[in-house]
Amino acid sequence: MEKEEKPKGIIVGPLIKLASLPKEGWAGWIVLVGIIIVLSMVIITIIGPFISPYDPNAFHTGPLFAPPSSEHLFGTNHLGQDMLSRVLCGGTTMLQVALLSVTICFIIGVPIGLFSSYIGGNLDKVISLVMDSIYAFPGLVLAIAIAVMLGKGAVNMALSIAVIYIPSYFRIVRSQVLTIKEMAYVEAAKAIGARNRTILARYILPNVIPSIVTVATINFADAILTAAGLTFLGWGVEVDIPDWGWDLYYGRQYISKAWWIIFFPGLMIILLALGFTFIGEGLSELLNPRLREGK
Amino acid sequence: MQVENLKTYYFTKQGVVRAVDNVSFEIYEGETLGLVGESGCGKSTLGFSIMKLIPPPGKIVNGKILFKGKDLVELPENEMRKIRGKRIAMIFQDPMTSLNPLMKIGDHIVETILTHENVTKEEAYTRAKKLLDDLGISRERINDYPHQFSGGMRQRVMIGLALALNPDLIIADEPTTALDVIVEAQILDLMKKLKEAYRLTLILITHNIGIVAEMADKIGVMYAGKLVELSKTLPIFEEPLHPYTEALLDSVPNIKLSEQTLKWIPGSPPNLLNPIKGCRFAPRCKYAEKRCFEEEPKIIEVEKNRFVACHLRG
Repeated sequence: MEKEEKPKGIIVGPLIKLASLPKEGWAGWIVLVGIIIVLSMVIITIIGPFISPYDPNAFHTGPLFAPPSSEHLFGTNHLGQDMLSRVLCGGTTMLQVALLSVTICFIIGVPIGLFSSYIGGNLDKVISLVMDSIYAFPGLVLAIAIAVMLGKGAVNMALSIAVIYIPSYFRIVRSQVLTIKEMAYVEAAKAIGARNRTILARYILPNVIPSIVTVATINFADAILTAAGLTFLGWGVEVDIPDWGWDLYYGRQYISKAWWIIFFPGLMIILLALGFTFIGEGLSELLNPRLREGK
Repeated sequence: MQVENLKTYYFTKQGVVRAVDNVSFEIYEGETLGLVGESGCGKSTLGFSIMKLIPPPGKIVNGKILFKGKDLVELPENEMRKIRGKRIAMIFQDPMTSLNPLMKIGDHIVETILTHENVTKEEAYTRAKKLLDDLGISRERINDYPHQFSGGMRQRVMIGLALALNPDLIIADEPTTALDVIVEAQILDLMKKLKEAYRLTLILITHNIGIVAEMADKIGVMYAGKLVELSKTLPIFEEPLHPYTEALLDSVPNIKLSEQTLKWIPGSPPNLLNPIKGCRFAPRCKYAEKRCFEEEPKIIEVEKNRFVACHLRG
């Protein structure tokens, strides 16, 4: 009989689980590193406004285009804004967009894919057609179109990214379910009298999850980049909200004389995307008992 | 259980495949019925028909499956689901793919028990452990995943899943086909033991006539969707009545005879899409007469408990 773990509270329990991740081999390490990166980003973003040395929106906190120095660790931009403060405060939108869009995609894309594929028939054909037509659209263009319709803001950005990504979830889930529902173990589950929802939840979904996690990872990383792209194109958040995307947009003109304006925000974007990628990569290994063997 | 005039057809784009055509038989408690026949003769479809798990475009078009006084053919799906696993269980051909790779062995058994019985998880686990003892699997392996088991071990687990709820009938669809001969012998041995211990009623579907000889009380021989001979085991081996049964028995290699060549049945089974007129075995039958090509023989009781569908015996 399996040893039931005693409940250890909402903070200690997960921490113990995190600390035991490296026992699972290198995949565990990768997940741990990813979680540390993402968590530190979240923490930085939350406490950023309190620890930043200057107001991220204040002009002329120092000379224009000041290189990194003890006064301005990450330098200043063309308006004399302090880059360290902007980097510390500029992640909010991106994190919100990334988390929100992945959640929306997951909640909508996965169930539709599961049911459409499991039930099959004409319903499946119609849904596939709709999904494929969305999929055929170039992502950023569609995101811009939706952003233009809905207006600026983090939630709208998340929505437009979700719309682009739902077909990816749907397709992956659908094709996987098509294979898995023909497997002998699904037939065996029917033969023991399992209900359809049990079959979906216990036999099909767990076998699809590793693929979904992979898509979610790419989705996370891409959401961050699309969010940066939307802001860069002027359809993200308002100018007065500090955002790494804005820093990239304005900093790009001065890249030859002031590299630090885009370097530090760019680094943050890459790190965040990398963190999500690590989590996803590691998880897809961990969730497969066969791969987990090869520690 | 009683199967009456069962017809299961597959409605494909090329036409109607009569996979099970007018098959009737009876099986009593504690009996083992062996169903033998070539690949594609409809014996697996017959098994799936009883479970009512025929994949589309297959359909039961006619007949009755009387089980404990109920006609399974008429039973709605939600009633049928209560019977599957609980009253009638099935053992599948390929143990390698019949277990969910992401579920532990113990969870498979526990899940099966919890699907039908209102017991606690702990109780189900205790029963799962007992079951593993019966199957000859060490209790410590209850938390292993299927990929850590060999083919023979997995088939033991599959047998365990079928036994978990002590069903009234077990349908074993070629349970040893995917295994090598030594493991096959072990599994058959295990099934024989469990058959006595659990007083099982068993339908054993196989193309290996040696297996039914060892296990079955009764044998049904199927050819091209039809049941051509049905009898107690011993008489069939002593004196097969249908020419197909005779040919089938002849094709079993015998180590005692010095004959070098393997006997085989010339020709191949007819296409079930457009079955020929008359007896379906006639083109391959060495005794075939004119009448055999024109008129389809009915299955009749020639001696007590010996049924055969052949004009020569009529």
